[in-house]
Amino acid sequence: MIPAPFEYHRPTSVADALSICGRYGDEARVVAGGHSLIPMMKLRMAQPAHLVDLRDIAALKGIREDVGIDGGSIVIGAMTTQAEVIASPVLGRLCPILRETALQIADPQIRNCGTLGGNVANGDPGNDMPAVMQALDAVYIAEGPDGRIELPARTFYEAAFFTTLPEGAIVTAIRIPTPRAGHGSAYVKQKRKIGDYATAAAAVILSFEGGRCAHAAIALTNVADTPLHAEEAAAALVGTALDAAAVDRAVAAAEAITRPASDGRGPAIFRTRVAGQMVRRAIAAAAERARR
Amino acid sequence: MGKMHVKMTVNGRAVEALAEPRTLLIHFLRENLDLTGPHIGCDTSHCGACTVDLDGRSVKSCTVFVAQANGADVVTIEGLAAPDGTLHALQEAFRQNHGLQCGFCTPGMITRAWRLLQDNPNPTEEEVRYGISGNLCRCTGYQNIVKAVLAAAAELNAVKEAAE
Repeated sequence: MIPAPFEYHRPTSVADALSICGRYGDEARVVAGGHSLIPMMKLRMAQPAHLVDLRDIAALKGIREDVGIDGGSIVIGAMTTQAEVIASPVLGRLCPILRETALQIADPQIRNCGTLGGNVANGDPGNDMPAVMQALDAVYIAEGPDGRIELPARTFYEAAFFTTLPEGAIVTAIRIPTPRAGHGSAYVKQKRKIGDYATAAAAVILSFEGGRCAHAAIALTNVADTPLHAEEAAAALVGTALDAAAVDRAVAAAEAITRPASDGRGPAIFRTRVAGQMVRRAIAAAAERARR
Repeated sequence: MGKMHVKMTVNGRAVEALAEPRTLLIHFLRENLDLTGPHIGCDTSHCGACTVDLDGRSVKSCTVFVAQANGADVVTIEGLAAPDGTLHALQEAFRQNHGLQCGFCTPGMITRAWRLLQDNPNPTEEEVRYGISGNLCRCTGYQNIVKAVLAAAAELNAVKEAAE
């Protein structure tokens, strides 16, 4: 279908964007890459009277490393496209799970437009980056009518399309604590065909000290109405040498927190079991890539 | 909102028009500019039949508002052949390798392959398959499409080498 009419705004600063959003309240929506919003507008499931295009705001682009006393962090502008994530030497060196995940999102054309900010802020349980951000313990930096706020990914998602982002605020950047040197990571995604949303997917990050797993983080995609931070599953690995029993405990703990929909991707019990398999494979892959 | 003034370059020509911001780029190209090469295949941003080149990147023009493309440089399938009508190596390769049956996906497929080869002039078969994963074909099973893209790559590289 053809979208409903709207007034189009193309601000060149975050302040201008916030001012327009403030003026029009819930009649305004920001558009980043547009490859979640525009399909919804074509179905007329979204009909914003005012569309605020963020593409000309330079402050929302860029990838940089902040070297700090606490291990440093990586800051990624919200309008960074998935294609730019894939091409980034900084991210490839410091945080390879991002590239691995982006390569599994949609297709080349969509990755040229779709942004990291849109993927994390939209609240769509099918999006891949939210679980990865939870595994990375990332923080979303936003600007709103009351100024700058920081929203941890692990507490950001409340329900499908409901997040802790306040009314009128815009996610401007994602800050990721730089993963430990020598860490291993993996994003393993089961899908019906290339480019599809996940039947289930798992992000795993872990690192070893003295032959034992010293740190681990696990998160799941599309097996609930939000991404799932699998704390107990990760804790089951810490202190172990990733022996079969420890991995089995982690897989069971991950499956236990899933609450998937039954839909065209399969019945709920199937999605839960697939999630377990994704965790198992992601643990194996991450372990292989980690420095012992 | 009433119509806005849009300016862009399409297949090397400067274009100006009045259009509502909600006009999808695919509709602008097909209906305002009579460029009916790019096709509408799905309405759900899956099939890629609408693929054009926008500012040096392959995009699905059904998922872009003409307002977003204001000021952009656009290439469609109509822009690939030489001014004298000589087919681009990709078009010739699709013809020779039976890379199409009904032809509906073909403009988007070739426009995508064109950018793919710009970015990666010597792709492996796997890179071609992954690189065209945003373009669906219901007829061919992709085998001859992949063959055509690889043949075009070889031809373009041979021409480049001969020139050097």
